[in-house]
Amino acid sequence: MLADFGFTAICLALLCSTYAAVLSLAVARSPQHRWLASARNAAIAVWPLLTLACFCLTYMIINEHFELEYVSRVSSRAMPWYLKATALWGGQAGSLLFWSWLMSTYAALVMLRDWRHERDMQPYVIAATMATLAFFVGLNVLVENPFTKLWIDQFGQIRAGFLAPPGAQLFTPIDGQGLNPLLRHPGMIIHPPMLYLGFVGFVIPYSFAIAALAVGRNDSVWIRVSRRWTLVSWLFLSLGLLLGGRWAYDVLGWGGYWGWDPVEIAAFMPWLTSTAFLHSVMIQEKRGMFKRWNMILIILTYALVIFGTFLTRSGVLSSVHAFAQSAIGPLFFIFIGITFTISLILLFRGWERLQSENILNSWLSREGLFLLNNLLFMGILLSCFWGVIYPIISELTTGQKVTVGPPYYERTTGPQFAALLLLMGVAPIAAWRVTTARRLGRIIWKPTAFSLLSPLYGLANGVTNTVALLSIWLASLVFCVTLYEFYRGASVRRKSTGENLFKALWDLIARNRRRYGGYVIHLGVIFMAVGIIGIEMFQTETQGTIASGEQLKLGDYIMIYNDTVEFPTEDNRIITRATVSVYKDGEFVAELHPRRDFYVDSQQPMTIPGLYSTLESDFYVLLINWKPISKQGATFKIYLNPLVSWLWFGGFVFILGTLIAAWPDNNNPRSGQPKALPANRSARVA
Amino acid sequence: MTHTAPRIAGTVPEGTPAARKRWGQLAVWGLFATLMILVGIKLYQITLGPISSGRAPDFTLTTFDGENYTLSDYVGQVIVINFWASWCGPCELEAADLEQAWRNYRKHDVLFLGIDYVDTENEAQAYLQKWDVTYPNGADLRTAISQAYRIRGVPETYIVAQDGTVAFTIIGPTDYTKLTAALDSLLNE
Amino acid sequence: MKHGLNSWSIFRTLECAALILLTTFSSFGETLAQDNQPTDDEVNAIAKQLYCPVCENVPLDVCGTRACAQWRDNIREKLADGWNADQIKQYFSDQYGVRVLAQPPTQGVNSLFWALPPFAIVVSWFFMLRLIDNLTRKRPSGSHSVINLGDTDDYKTRLERDLEQWR
Repeated sequence: MLADFGFTAICLALLCSTYAAVLSLAVARSPQHRWLASARNAAIAVWPLLTLACFCLTYMIINEHFELEYVSRVSSRAMPWYLKATALWGGQAGSLLFWSWLMSTYAALVMLRDWRHERDMQPYVIAATMATLAFFVGLNVLVENPFTKLWIDQFGQIRAGFLAPPGAQLFTPIDGQGLNPLLRHPGMIIHPPMLYLGFVGFVIPYSFAIAALAVGRNDSVWIRVSRRWTLVSWLFLSLGLLLGGRWAYDVLGWGGYWGWDPVEIAAFMPWLTSTAFLHSVMIQEKRGMFKRWNMILIILTYALVIFGTFLTRSGVLSSVHAFAQSAIGPLFFIFIGITFTISLILLFRGWERLQSENILNSWLSREGLFLLNNLLFMGILLSCFWGVIYPIISELTTGQKVTVGPPYYERTTGPQFAALLLLMGVAPIAAWRVTTARRLGRIIWKPTAFSLLSPLYGLANGVTNTVALLSIWLASLVFCVTLYEFYRGASVRRKSTGENLFKALWDLIARNRRRYGGYVIHLGVIFMAVGIIGIEMFQTETQGTIASGEQLKLGDYIMIYNDTVEFPTEDNRIITRATVSVYKDGEFVAELHPRRDFYVDSQQPMTIPGLYSTLESDFYVLLINWKPISKQGATFKIYLNPLVSWLWFGGFVFILGTLIAAWPDNNNPRSGQPKALPANRSARVA
Repeated sequence: MTHTAPRIAGTVPEGTPAARKRWGQLAVWGLFATLMILVGIKLYQITLGPISSGRAPDFTLTTFDGENYTLSDYVGQVIVINFWASWCGPCELEAADLEQAWRNYRKHDVLFLGIDYVDTENEAQAYLQKWDVTYPNGADLRTAISQAYRIRGVPETYIVAQDGTVAFTIIGPTDYTKLTAALDSLLNE
Repeated sequence: MKHGLNSWSIFRTLECAALILLTTFSSFGETLAQDNQPTDDEVNAIAKQLYCPVCENVPLDVCGTRACAQWRDNIREKLADGWNADQIKQYFSDQYGVRVLAQPPTQGVNSLFWALPPFAIVVSWFFMLRLIDNLTRKRPSGSHSVINLGDTDDYKTRLERDLEQWR
């Protein structure tokens, strides 16, 4: 009953979104048409319908309606209720529904904004958002129905379907298979929603860009009105990636946070283009340049989001061992083809119109350095894309399957990231239009001198790896320059207002949230870079089998094996839990409990490391089952990850900075909207 | 992207922006089309199920004893191709049945070939000895044969008719009854 | 080891294990403690550079399936026999295909893979540089102040100006 209700809601949502898309396109040329209001209302109506559908599905999962195929696949009786709730996105069909719901939330909010000044763009924004939404909801309706039920026919065969096959009866399994154990972790619970919120949010700025192209605008209005949407989506995407890294570190048992797995890269690529976009739009708003770049970047972001989710869900990236496919892959393929074609046509049609209003005068200007920024981000993007696509090319042309692993990515993107790091230090102090090297030098020499302390410190501590030293110096250079920027700005303010330094700093940030929030983000990136340098270049590991009382040694740490216990739990796991004592430089620092959880219902194991974290390094120990585990002998694998805590700390600062940058301005009722149009403003199209 | 068209009166510069633009657009469309074609083909391949009809892909298997068996050399015979691995639990369920079928049907000129999928030789030999397997078995070097047959796991069994086409496809462990039923139907045609 | 997966990759990995129809994770007990057996660290050092032939994108040192345990034991045997890392990697590549290596080999048909990125980067930078050079040479830089198109906030422009002059 509830399943029928839920499915009907999804079908209605499909109808509404299709109706809204078609209708808004029909009246696009005359946006004052009263039908536009109907399209808008239909677009808003999608949200309550999808909310209802999600509610039905979640309710049925929590209440153990195993006659639904999806429910029996992703949940089981042993799971606690909050895990059941998150099982909504635990499988393909449910996660697609969740994705659509999040998109409809964004879309509904956009519909509710004040459209008076952008009436010409409104139909196209509705059309683009609703077309995308209709596609995803359509997937749920046509191929991945979360409300499919299980039936048993007269021959005793279990079949899945929404409607009853002839002569069949509803079949309710006694228990479900249970959520993938790797998903039963707080990090994994929150990682998909954050990621999805990031991905689907980019539909909004993309729709505005398409609208601007479609109506023939060449101004920055679309950027300005969609800025907060872009920033919020980017915030969630960054958070989602960070959480994914942390989850992998905590629970995957590989001692690392990022594996350059194709599916990870598929999620990372939109982040690259959207970060470049966030920077590049500043140039368009300030000097009317980079209009074509910005269009390209947002179109790419949207395309990469769809492409990325296609790669992940269709099985294209897997090998011989891919699952039997539904038609989801081909449908995605068609949708990507159509949307990218339309984007390209609109872009090429408006290419001339998007000419820059000013020219680039010098490389050593803010515009020039931002151009370099775009180029580097594109370079990293292309490197990643090539690595992801090449296995497919290789298999199709030579029949040979290849793996493109971390060595390739590190070698190609490493130098480019280092160059970006350098840019991060130089670009903020470059002036608009032109900067002489001398002027730059005048500003930068003090922070540079200061920053040289850190590689010297590294050298003093025995670091001889030149790449590491260079990276350390780059990171501290940017750190010093960024702090210097804060100091400069606060000093300027202090001179004019007479406040003390701290109040000046606070007001400086408060009144220039975008710029100084951005600088805080840069600080966060620096800290993250420090963490990444530490773990990537200086990680050490060891593995050994020891009996109780014996020890393993790694670096300054000694680990003594105490005991191991094995016991079942209420939620149907068998836990093998070891106790070890960790000593650093001879002193006891921690007692850790690395363990292996075996989930009986899904027959899957999970390794949970014992972790001792300090700012200096992480002592990370895993219980390995290469040999039997007992008091007489247990195998442990220890990783020593220097500086990795800076990665997570940097992540916090990063998020804080994004919140600062995104925080609404209390000054203007329509934040960012200029209060008066200056006379020399030639950008506006009537 | 950040430039304006040079406006020099009276001349049309070579490589005009218009011409450059057209080439650029063509390049973009070309790249996009290439990508879509590649991905499309890959998608198509994924949607193809296991081989269940048509000509059986040819291959040469080098057994653990050093003999070579090329599939096309045995046209006119019924051939049973079985993919297995020593680390595969369910493969053991069918091992005895396969051997028994081999012993009973070899006089009817039926050839059994065991393809060992990504295995280690020691464990493979141990597995063969454990189940007293006497029909030819060899390692699938570079997984060439498995890729040709698009297998999705082990065990899988393909029965090739006398004309060289795939007649029966069994995914998962099989048993003596199923094997003999299939073989009988092919031999009695 | 710096690896991580998201849920879909895990689905694939675990589905792969399921499709291979329930390979068991039970302990093996075959390896006995011997005196000159290669250490786990030595095995891991090589296994780290290889990928599981069966499960997609799972490095061999962290893979938990029975098959992977066999392959690691294989590495251990070969190390004990005196093989070096390159020989072992070559052996794996010959046995199971090029995809067990962490990167496509540099020779042969895969040389395109390695050649293309630097080539593409050099070519695109060349074109970009030529473009920028052309236009910066044609139009000399003026001396009038920056036209602030988007920023009518007086405070911001003042700040910008003051920062320019600040030492």
